[in-house]
Amino acid sequence: MRKLNFVCILTDFFCLLKTFGISLKCLATVMSNWKIRDLLSLGLLGLRHSRGVLTKYSSAGQTVSAAASVSSPQLQPNDAAEKILNLPLEKPDFFRVAELFSLKDLFDARVHLGHKKGCRHRLMEPYLYGCRLDQDIFDLDQTVEHLQRALNFTAHIAYRGGIILFVSRRRQFGHLVESTAKDCGEYAHTRYWQGGLLTNANIQYGPGVRLPDLIIFLSTLNNVFQQHVGVRDAAKMNIPTVGVVDSNCNPCLVTYPVPGNDDTPVAMELYCRLFKMTINRAKDKRRQVELLYGLNAPSPSNS
Amino acid sequence: GCLLQSRVGFGKVLCRSISQNSALCRKNLAAAGPEKFTAEFIQKQIEEFNIGKRHLANIMGEDPENFSQEDIDRSIAYLFPSGLFEKKARPLMKHPDEIFPMQRAVQWGKDRRPFHFLFYTGKQSYYSLMHELYGKMLNIEKHQDRLRSKGLFSKDGHKISLGMSRWLTKEELEALLVENISTHDYNRFIQIMERLLSMPYCNIEEEFVLRFRHLLQTQSRHQMVSALQKDENGVAFSSAEGCRKTSHSTVVLRDCGSGRLSVNGQDSLLYFPVLQDREQLMFPMQFTGTLGRFDLECTVSGGGRSSQAGALRLAISRALLSFLSPSEREMMRQAGLLTPDPRVRERKKPGQEGARRKFTWKKR
Repeated sequence: MRKLNFVCILTDFFCLLKTFGISLKCLATVMSNWKIRDLLSLGLLGLRHSRGVLTKYSSAGQTVSAAASVSSPQLQPNDAAEKILNLPLEKPDFFRVAELFSLKDLFDARVHLGHKKGCRHRLMEPYLYGCRLDQDIFDLDQTVEHLQRALNFTAHIAYRGGIILFVSRRRQFGHLVESTAKDCGEYAHTRYWQGGLLTNANIQYGPGVRLPDLIIFLSTLNNVFQQHVGVRDAAKMNIPTVGVVDSNCNPCLVTYPVPGNDDTPVAMELYCRLFKMTINRAKDKRRQVELLYGLNAPSPSNS
Repeated sequence: GCLLQSRVGFGKVLCRSISQNSALCRKNLAAAGPEKFTAEFIQKQIEEFNIGKRHLANIMGEDPENFSQEDIDRSIAYLFPSGLFEKKARPLMKHPDEIFPMQRAVQWGKDRRPFHFLFYTGKQSYYSLMHELYGKMLNIEKHQDRLRSKGLFSKDGHKISLGMSRWLTKEELEALLVENISTHDYNRFIQIMERLLSMPYCNIEEEFVLRFRHLLQTQSRHQMVSALQKDENGVAFSSAEGCRKTSHSTVVLRDCGSGRLSVNGQDSLLYFPVLQDREQLMFPMQFTGTLGRFDLECTVSGGGRSSQAGALRLAISRALLSFLSPSEREMMRQAGLLTPDPRVRERKKPGQEGARRKFTWKKR
């Protein structure tokens, strides 16, 4: 890992805290828990130097964000709210997103098919397995890891009641994406992106609006094969992004890229189904845990 | 320094005199947009209106419980008589929902999550309408596929019968969605609705489509035809009224068989010495070919010679309607005999000699 300037880390850190809605008080009691630091540092590094770090991560072969837990708690979290928030951070794959799909499912949904060799983006080369008859093929092992990481992150965001925005500018799948968002109880934007939606939000929507905490791009390109404005704007506003990047897309500014096909209807239906299932799972879990902690206030129970 | 005025509420002005630089006072009022009213403000206005309604009923000595809007209008017109021509400039007391334009309430809840799933697009109602529309089209296509699999599909199956209706205008759609729509968006919406109508088996979404259709006012069918009555001798007669400028007239048409005309007790020749006025009276009957058939008893008051003749003509045509067949009635309507003449005397304006005539222009 490169050494980053401490001040820069701190400012980015607090910005991200604000977007996740975590108070400083809660953070202070949890600072000792290294897992959240790893979660956030992944986001930080993803925002700033995604290329080098991500390839390193994929080579390390870790599926989820947890490092070895070094817990030396000075303050025991005794508030029920803090316990609810810390519960998912104890286990690596708390929401068991790895069980939602397998490599075979991805292959059957034709996720491994990319565009032709001429359309290839230079920065997508690490994610490609090879090229067959001029068509790029994605490395599904890497895709599986990236997708698990992305789904785990969305699950954590949904668990904490964050706002998730689904974005796609493909007219073929606009209705599908909007229906997915409606079923999850989250938000969608598959229409013409007006310039200041994220950067000029207070004037466009009204004062005191809450911006999305996560943006999921089901296709990072817009109708003229340029990168969607939302990717750049989310990076400007410190909003983490999950994006399905095809072989002609730029994965730079996407926090959790998922290299895969974004043109086939089967593949899109698979992604929508997976995101919907993770978000619903995370929300149900949250409701379960809240009920549980409402009943047994002093001692936490495993569920 | 200058006076700093602050507007608080609708129509109330608070003055605070603070000496300040004029540059600080100048605000970009145009950039603020149309005035926005909060929900509490509207609520307060509604309470004030209800209290005021009860006070008004007590003043007029009527029952406060059953005081309707017409009673309010009548009382206000009585208590504050106004000679202003513009009806909208006269004193008004209406429910705040009719005065203040419909505005969007705050779009998010206590945890600041927006209510609508398309909130972040900016035009949530319009886009949710388009989403719904697309869903209906998919529904129709699925229905078609099901019929095709059973072998019952036919290209001319079951379209929606529109009747005399038109699409909602852009303003009406904006009022329905409580949102501003651009012309491009509106045209796109109409285009897709037309496309939906062109698909076979679209009758399953009929009620959805009819929500955006407005029935046309049927113009020519509405004729107030006065009833045909019979007097003691078995003679059929009908009566009607007519007016022109400031004259009012009533006419009783009897199916006697003679062509007598009496106006205000006098013969028409004596009352209208000028041929033009008598021609006006004769025209409806000459047009329908019933010149010698009817007996007319007319009364007329107000106005001048020509306007009285015009009022009588209208009254005669209206009275004739009950003796005629529908095709003849349509012919009379197209001839313009049944249209009341809307021309009245135009008022004189200040700075001018008359209604249109300006003062003589002098070069120096």
